[in-house]
Amino acid sequence: MTTVLFYILGFIMLTATLLCITRRNPVHAVIYLVAGFFALALMFYLLGAPLAAAWQIIVYAGAIMVLFLFIIMMLGLAPQETPEGPGWRRWGPLVLLSASLMVCTVLLIMQDPAAGKEIGDFYLAPQAVGESLFGRYVLAVEMVSFQLLFATIGAYLLGRPLSKGEGQ
Amino acid sequence: MTPEMLSLSNSPGIFIGVMLVKILVVFMVVMLSVAYATWWERKIIGHMQTRLGPMRTGWHGLLQPFADGIKLFFKEEIIPTQATIVPFLLAPAMILVPALITVAVIPFGPDLHIGNFLIPQQITDLNVGVLYILAFAGLGIYGIVLAGWASNSKYSLLGGVRASAQMISYELAAGLTIIAVFMLSETLSLREIVALQQEPLWGICSFVPNWYVFTQPLAFGLFIITGLAEINRTPFDMPEAESELVSGFCTEYSSMKYALFFLAEYANMIVISAITATLFLGGWSAPLNWGLFNMIPGFVWLLAKVYFLMFCFMWLRATFPRVRYDQLMRMGWKVLLPLALANVVVTGLVVVVLQ
Repeated sequence: MTTVLFYILGFIMLTATLLCITRRNPVHAVIYLVAGFFALALMFYLLGAPLAAAWQIIVYAGAIMVLFLFIIMMLGLAPQETPEGPGWRRWGPLVLLSASLMVCTVLLIMQDPAAGKEIGDFYLAPQAVGESLFGRYVLAVEMVSFQLLFATIGAYLLGRPLSKGEGQ
Repeated sequence: MTPEMLSLSNSPGIFIGVMLVKILVVFMVVMLSVAYATWWERKIIGHMQTRLGPMRTGWHGLLQPFADGIKLFFKEEIIPTQATIVPFLLAPAMILVPALITVAVIPFGPDLHIGNFLIPQQITDLNVGVLYILAFAGLGIYGIVLAGWASNSKYSLLGGVRASAQMISYELAAGLTIIAVFMLSETLSLREIVALQQEPLWGICSFVPNWYVFTQPLAFGLFIITGLAEINRTPFDMPEAESELVSGFCTEYSSMKYALFFLAEYANMIVISAITATLFLGGWSAPLNWGLFNMIPGFVWLLAKVYFLMFCFMWLRATFPRVRYDQLMRMGWKVLLPLALANVVVTGLVVVVLQ
């Protein structure tokens, strides 16, 4: 049952993401990405991490993608014209990257580091997440939050209204 | 024999039957409340403005919701030729569905003891219940944004853009205010949050229950304000400001699809009231620990609290003018968010000191 669900979710996720990166219309692309995020959230839930699933929906589907939609609508982006030049120039790097990724995956599966081991039944309660975030990994959490603080200050510095005599 | 919690593993047949009954009953109650909320709102606003409100259909206009429904049902349905069809048709449902499924985690009474089983009076008890609510509350916005975008009209698009910006600004503050509540409860399950609120106030006053509105008055106020802003209710109904945007995101809609937007608005109001009642006003528990009050079943108290909060929302609509857009943004980012953060810090300090 769990295995079947896993493959169904995986299929949805891959299809949605694939459709997302091939759409010309940015709004359609965002909607496909949201669908992909939903599948990903369900996958987290399936793996026994309800907290991660809820965060996936709240943060990515609920906030960041809405922000994307907001920006797309604000800018009023028209669908892009097809660029000039032969097709392989545009697609070449992507194909190369994907092919190498695929080879890596195949090699990894053939090596099979976790052979014979299965992921057991596992349920991560919200409390355990909090304890490990603010206990064992507190330094990493603080470092990331400082990074975000720097980013916020940087954005403010770039976006602040110019005073007189500046930027002329 | 001690009763055990009814679950899918110990008797699947009964479990599924009970589940379906619970879902149907809750759905019916919510839909009926939605229908009569429209009548009630018109009556309340009418009387506050020394009018009578609807009077012609039935006694004091009691059949008005049905008359409205039939009228909207028989209206011609117009789809603009330049609209993007699929999102245009799906958008009303995308607003209504998140509102309705949020009700699934609201508890409406103590466990029922039937036969050998304990049946919880709640559709499902998630251990991340509060986060589930936040997650789905944030999704209703897609309906509004897509409705605005798919209509291919300037007014609709502006409504959608406003809705998305408003949602992002107020969701943060709403999340932070709720954090203060579960710093006290130390659980995310709504069932346990209600159970904790039935204990004596601050552990001493046995007559009054320990509702979080007494411990967290600031969070209560902030949650009401941010909740109103999140469901685009007056005085924050910028996305459908009729004086500047015709009707905002639902300008191009007609017939039953327009009715769905209305249903969604009132369903959202019920949901926000129910969440506020559960988090701050003790959910289904009685307001005073007193024999006669404790005999009244839980769902009556919950409904009473929900209807009281909805009355307050309608009262706000009758008395407050709509805020300006820059005022809305300034209040969200410069007042509500810092206040919510400060509340979290103070709550944390007090919790640590009291330990």
